[in-house]
Amino acid sequence: MRERDDDLSQCVEECEIAVTVNGNRHEHTVPVRLLLSDFLRHELHLTGTHVGCEQGVCGCCTVLFNGEAVRACLMFAVQADGMAITTIEGMAGVNSELHPIQQAFREKHGLQCGFCTPGIIMSVHAMLHEHPDPTEEEIRHELSGNLCRCTGYQNIVEAVKLAAERLRLQHMEVE
Amino acid sequence: MKPPRFRYCSPRILDEALVLLDQYGEEIKILAGGQSFVPLLNMRLAAPAYIVDINHISELHYFETEPDYLAIGAIARQRQVERSVLVQEKHPLLVEVIKHIGHMQIRNRGTVVGSIAHADPAAELPALLTCLDGEVLAQSMHGERVIKAKDFFAGYLSTTLEAGELLTEVRFPWLARQAGWSFIEFARRAGDYALVGAMAVLTPALDDTCMSANIAYFGVAGSPIRARAVEQVLIGTQLDAHTLDAAAGAARDVVGEDMQDVHATVEYRRELASELTRRVLKQAWARREQLEGAQ
Ligand SMILES: Cc1cc2nc3c(=O)[nH]c(=O)nc-3n(C[C@H](O)[C@H](O)[C@H](O)COP(=O)(O)OP(=O)(O)OC[C@H]3O[C@@H](n4cnc5c(N)ncnc54)[C@H](O)[C@@H]3O)c2cc1C
Ligand code: FES
Ligand code: FES
Repeated sequence: MRERDDDLSQCVEECEIAVTVNGNRHEHTVPVRLLLSDFLRHELHLTGTHVGCEQGVCGCCTVLFNGEAVRACLMFAVQADGMAITTIEGMAGVNSELHPIQQAFREKHGLQCGFCTPGIIMSVHAMLHEHPDPTEEEIRHELSGNLCRCTGYQNIVEAVKLAAERLRLQHMEVE
Repeated sequence: MKPPRFRYCSPRILDEALVLLDQYGEEIKILAGGQSFVPLLNMRLAAPAYIVDINHISELHYFETEPDYLAIGAIARQRQVERSVLVQEKHPLLVEVIKHIGHMQIRNRGTVVGSIAHADPAAELPALLTCLDGEVLAQSMHGERVIKAKDFFAGYLSTTLEAGELLTEVRFPWLARQAGWSFIEFARRAGDYALVGAMAVLTPALDDTCMSANIAYFGVAGSPIRARAVEQVLIGTQLDAHTLDAAAGAARDVVGEDMQDVHATVEYRRELASELTRRVLKQAWARREQLEGAQ
């Protein structure tokens, strides 16, 4: 379990936090009721993390919290103090080349309007990290936490299959 | 859709949390995984003056095997329990049940104990605790008490926990070695709360008749239901077709008269309860271990 540095044993309405987002450390003073999703969007101007429902259902606010996919709309910014977060903006490489998952979504037309896409990419990232070689059924099951109103999911599933294949090859080359 | 104002604290020591709970009484609420509580805040269905976040109390971060049960501390995440090789091996029914909760993103944050404390009548874990006759440990500044599942759930989102108390642990009893189990729920979409869910644990005697039966349902009333009437039908039988018919018939009565909503009618839920009963009983009985000497 990771720990924060400061003492929050007494009740406060505002709090200083230090959060590492996509490798960059940010220090901010935030009201404790600020949602993590709003912190990312309004304070850090990382608007790639989308907000659809703010009740955990749609999945488009999904980010990685210490490497695990979570709903940013169901956490408070203060809870990210001392933690590491990855958003969709942290996926592309240093020269802005797309991440293999993003590239696969582009090639397979895994998006139309793109509203759901950041959350789906982050979820898929976590999924493929845990199961590098998922079956189609596993892919569909793991995607159940992300709603898409446009694509009918078919091309999303195709994109995930392609991304999984390429990531496996990449790992083999590294080893 | 933004949470109302509140004051927040996040102690690292259980005793500090208990002091705060004692100090603020009804005005303070506990934040665990936040997967049920934060939606309520965002929708302004809850507006506590104070929130105590228990996520940094590391002494509550455990699951341990005890002789009679698996003990799970208040901030063990649903996903951690689900992924644990130890739990997969020693309590496969618990793992199967957890896999049906929401989606992986929800289980990454949601705690096992939080789901018990939230007491949603359509939730899986409160029904499992009811099915197995499990118990919870509640602590406050003034001491601790162990509460049996049957004395804990008190209707829609209600429990017998009192202001000032924190659930520190939940205890899921082990199944007998020869017991067979089954868990099936019916939901419209993967990850949704189920319309109706059923689970059964059946233990055979030496002569391979049913010696004990634990049957529970969720989504059928304000609290999870243990169906003694269905269990009685099974004891001493070998779950022949006639017995299954009788059990499936008795299961219709577990559905409350007021379980009518946009998702399903009472009659539909009765049909589900009845059919799911048949299926869990068949599967649980098929999975039992026949004892030596049984014909
Ligand atoms: C999209 C979505 C789908 C979901 N689907 C399901 C589902 O299919 N099945 C299901 O069962 N659940 C489902 N959930 C809810 C999820 O399982 C929650 O994780 C769980 O209900 C609550 O656990 P939590 O740790 O998040 O608790 P919180 O949300 O933090 O707390 C819930 C309540 O319990 C109280 N509480 C928490 N911990 C304690 C404690 N230690 N002592 C005393 N009181 C405490 C809180 O004060 C609050 O009132 C879903 C949630 C979402 C957002
Ligand atoms: S905005 Fe977070 S799940 Fe919809
Ligand atoms: S691409 Fe439009 S919602 Fe998914």
